[in-house]
Amino acid sequence: MNIHEYQAKEILSKFGVSVPKGGIAYSPENAKDRASELGGEMWVVKAQIHSGARGKAGGIIVCKSLQEVSDAANNLLGKKLITNQTGPEGKTVQRIYIEEGTDIKKEFYLGLVFDRSTESIMVVASSAGGMSVEEIAQEKPETLIKTKIEAAVGMQAFQAREIAFSLGLDAKAISRCAQAILGAYKAFSTSDATMVEINPLVLTGDDHILALDCKMSFDDNALYRNEALAELRDKTQEDPKETYAADRGLNYIALDGNIGNIINGAGLAMASMDMIQLAGGKPANFLDVGGGATPEKFVKAFKLISGDPNVKVILINIFAGINRCDWVAQGIVDALSSIKITQPLVIRLAGTNVDEGIKILKDSKIDYIEAFTLEDAANKAVKALESQ
Amino acid sequence: MAILIDKNSKIIVQGFTGKIGTFHAEEMMEYGTNVVGGVTPGKGGQTHLDKPVFNTVKEAVEVTGADSSILFVPPAFAADSAMEAADAGIKTLVAITDGIPAHDMIKVKRYMRRYKNEDRMTMVGPNCAGVISPGKCMLGIMPGHIYKEGNVGVIGRSGTLGYEAAQQMKDLDIGISTSVGIGGDPINGSAFRDHLEKFEKDEETKVILMIGEIGGPQEAEAAEFAKKNISKPVVAYIAGLTAPKGKRMGHAGAIVSAGGESAAEKVEILKNAGITIAKNPSVIGETVASVLEKA
Repeated sequence: MNIHEYQAKEILSKFGVSVPKGGIAYSPENAKDRASELGGEMWVVKAQIHSGARGKAGGIIVCKSLQEVSDAANNLLGKKLITNQTGPEGKTVQRIYIEEGTDIKKEFYLGLVFDRSTESIMVVASSAGGMSVEEIAQEKPETLIKTKIEAAVGMQAFQAREIAFSLGLDAKAISRCAQAILGAYKAFSTSDATMVEINPLVLTGDDHILALDCKMSFDDNALYRNEALAELRDKTQEDPKETYAADRGLNYIALDGNIGNIINGAGLAMASMDMIQLAGGKPANFLDVGGGATPEKFVKAFKLISGDPNVKVILINIFAGINRCDWVAQGIVDALSSIKITQPLVIRLAGTNVDEGIKILKDSKIDYIEAFTLEDAANKAVKALESQ
Repeated sequence: MAILIDKNSKIIVQGFTGKIGTFHAEEMMEYGTNVVGGVTPGKGGQTHLDKPVFNTVKEAVEVTGADSSILFVPPAFAADSAMEAADAGIKTLVAITDGIPAHDMIKVKRYMRRYKNEDRMTMVGPNCAGVISPGKCMLGIMPGHIYKEGNVGVIGRSGTLGYEAAQQMKDLDIGISTSVGIGGDPINGSAFRDHLEKFEKDEETKVILMIGEIGGPQEAEAAEFAKKNISKPVVAYIAGLTAPKGKRMGHAGAIVSAGGESAAEKVEILKNAGITIAKNPSVIGETVASVLEKA
């Protein structure tokens, strides 16, 4: 789960990381009020969407008067921002964050991630702040500092100090920077985060260390024990079809093709998508219905897939293990008695009780194209598409 | 022979008396697996499916001599149960549970390292279908009848894609020594590399099949390891050629977030290590067959 910048900053400041003063706004009047509460002569109006690279997309506006703040808010609210992380459909701005201006002397990069190779938490820092970590790795790899943290004992003060010194800070700012790094680590480890990225972390004119921007992601599997975090979920930032599916216990990802898929198991789903592509088609989605293929699950899956205007053919590929093909077939037949689908339907069943399953499908009145192997199913789906 | 489990393995079930634990314990017993008892804290002293129930894994091991365990404990308590198994002297643990927090798995991995190599438990999973040595022992939730006994060692991340491969092989009259489902999570108890090493030493295994997918460094690490240490032919298939970057494809670990983690890159890395690639999921069986002929 991802959260907004202003929410991430609230979490950071709880763990002793300094952030600029700011306030959230939902309207231009709101924004003006926030700015005058903050005082000063310069403000930054920041679009709150679940994406980085907002600056390049025009989502961050520096203002020198309250009128400019109001204009910026008016310009951003309700607008779709398209960044290199949102995909072509972009994300709609529904809240903006008004922040006091910061006098920046130097910018750094600080990121904490799970390192799957060493199975530990990796802290990545660089003196080349403001650039994405991919850009830094490509253009200035020599500035990257990587520190592995032993999860069992946590981050030690010396490790934070080493990073601060390697960033080339003056003695005055070292302990402030180390404190910020340790704070970010504590935020990561106590909230089951999978990523905390502060970019940039800045040294101010008066030698303070501030987190100027922050992104955080959390482990969905651990949200049950982080209730306060779970409440920060903003569904408006998610793909509506994916949210609809997730709320109904389906594992769904929207893609840009036109062959809809209903498959059991994530690996088999990916493999089927690959076969569709090899057969010359394009998958419209990834959908894992999981182990228990009940009629209710199929109704939900059919609703989701057949309601998608991009979907021209539906392909069902089920390998029944403990689950049995006759149950699956009955589930499909029952589901289709309560929901009408207009697209041609290709069904491939395999595994336990496959003959009984096929018999149930054949004896039923449902209109479908029978397929026998993965390859056969993909080919027939593409053929059904081409004959339209 | 086979790896991890065989005819002599004594199995306990953690989360024995729950609905899922009961169902799969029965399936395993029907397959011929030697289930000697189970653990459900607070239900010690009872009998379930004609087998004794214990309060702790330690007690179960002391009384039954169990060496392997399968875990059906809910995600919030699964890491604790895994560490309990490691401490009680269990040698092979299969964790079926899906949804264990990644921070918890890091803890489990650290915890396991406190034991000397020879005493250390091998954990398979979590979020996996388990392990089967066909004809000998099933420690998992797979449909046992699709696996034929034979000499191909299988390691895979996905359950149903593993079934697909087993079925294709069975249709071609190819059998399996042991099939290991390492699971779809970002932090696994054991990786491709760990089981490649075990299959290399297993006399019964002639060819090894790896079924990987997008996300994580494990396939690349396995390629590097195989190049240096594995003399037996290795076949691999990687799922997710069409998976977009940055999207999680069902499995918690199936997400391309760094270089080398896409299916295309993994295929290239494996190829360069001398591993035979099954070009698509429909030809996994055929590819194994052609490599077996030459082996």
